[in-house]
Amino acid sequence: METDVKLTKLAKCAGCGAKVGAGTLVHMLEGFKTHKDERLIVGYDKSDDASVYVINEETALIQTTDFFPPIVDDPYLYGQIAAANALSDVYAMGGTPKLAMNIMCLAEKMEKAVVQEILRGGYEKVYEAGAIITGGHTIQGAEPIYGLAVSGFVHPDQVLTNSNAKPGDVLILTKPLGIGILTTSIKADLVEDAVCKRIYRQMAALNKTARDIMVKYPVNSCTDVTGFSLLGHSFEMAQGSGVTIHLMADQIPYHPEAYELAEMGFIPAGAYRNREYAADGVLVKNGITRAQQDIFYDPQTSGGLLMAVPEASAEAYLKELKARIPEAAIVGYVEPMGEWSIVLE
Amino acid sequence: MKTLDARGLSCPEPVIMIRKAMASKDNVYEMLVDNQTSKENVTRYAEHQGYQVTVTENGEEYLLTMKK
Repeated sequence: METDVKLTKLAKCAGCGAKVGAGTLVHMLEGFKTHKDERLIVGYDKSDDASVYVINEETALIQTTDFFPPIVDDPYLYGQIAAANALSDVYAMGGTPKLAMNIMCLAEKMEKAVVQEILRGGYEKVYEAGAIITGGHTIQGAEPIYGLAVSGFVHPDQVLTNSNAKPGDVLILTKPLGIGILTTSIKADLVEDAVCKRIYRQMAALNKTARDIMVKYPVNSCTDVTGFSLLGHSFEMAQGSGVTIHLMADQIPYHPEAYELAEMGFIPAGAYRNREYAADGVLVKNGITRAQQDIFYDPQTSGGLLMAVPEASAEAYLKELKARIPEAAIVGYVEPMGEWSIVLE
Repeated sequence: MKTLDARGLSCPEPVIMIRKAMASKDNVYEMLVDNQTSKENVTRYAEHQGYQVTVTENGEEYLLTMKK
């Protein structure tokens, strides 16, 4: 839908690039007393994608929320992307989303039709996920915001945290990187229409397919790659699991157009925050360019799943995955904890 | 030579500003920025265009000198 006011012009940061850095968050939560509940098996102290609360032997409740300023000008697409991104945290825990609530902030200049289109995008994506929107809350503010609070379910024995990668696992990523760099470059009118359409389609795609295949295999650990970038999320996985993660730079899929745009400095602020957070734990081997690193630190909006899978199952798993998601690739492997959390080679 | 002032601007505006300025193909440009991201991004752009960049830090501000 064409609108008079460009949605992305109403916001300072785009999409998951608006996320507050992981390091900043850790500082803000310092000194808080943690109240324990033995049924809360994944809480905020775990730096995971969502919280998980065991209801009974068969069922655990997954809760998460995610929202951000407009990443695209088309309101319907924005709604779809924000919803796909919020639902993704449930998939990353191995679960199925069931209930969702809208979280919305309206800026003064937004027309009613624009707001309706954002909500329609969200509704349709939630419906596609097999979940329903049950309500929500809307306020007025300086910048538009849209997203969801999502509840889902998982069997307590099948919860997939981001802190259980094991030596001998290989890492699989399901969506190519470069989204933050490309959406920043779109603001400078430097991205062709065909490329824009490709990344819009990718951001609006649910991680449901990847999750549905994942649960058929003995996956040890999973997270979704969003605002903290591939390196930031891998760093959390390595630290949480007590392992060293090796990432193979030339195997990591990214949108090829992002490379030169990174060299030209069209890099979102979030990429530098991610670098600051993780760089001390990352060994960068010779031959890895600065632009490659920028892509690996690039914040992703509605990025793919990153999964640690025992090597013995990886080939069959990847084959099934690639039949539905051709971009899926093995991007690294896990070793016992060494000197560095991440080795980029 | 005029010093370009990109203070108060956020990504990607300072890069768009230097890109437009460099259309004149001068040998030297100067730009003032007031955050790390702009400093890094403008440096990348200038280096990509074949300029050597030196950074003078003054508190929260950075003066980038770009020379061919």
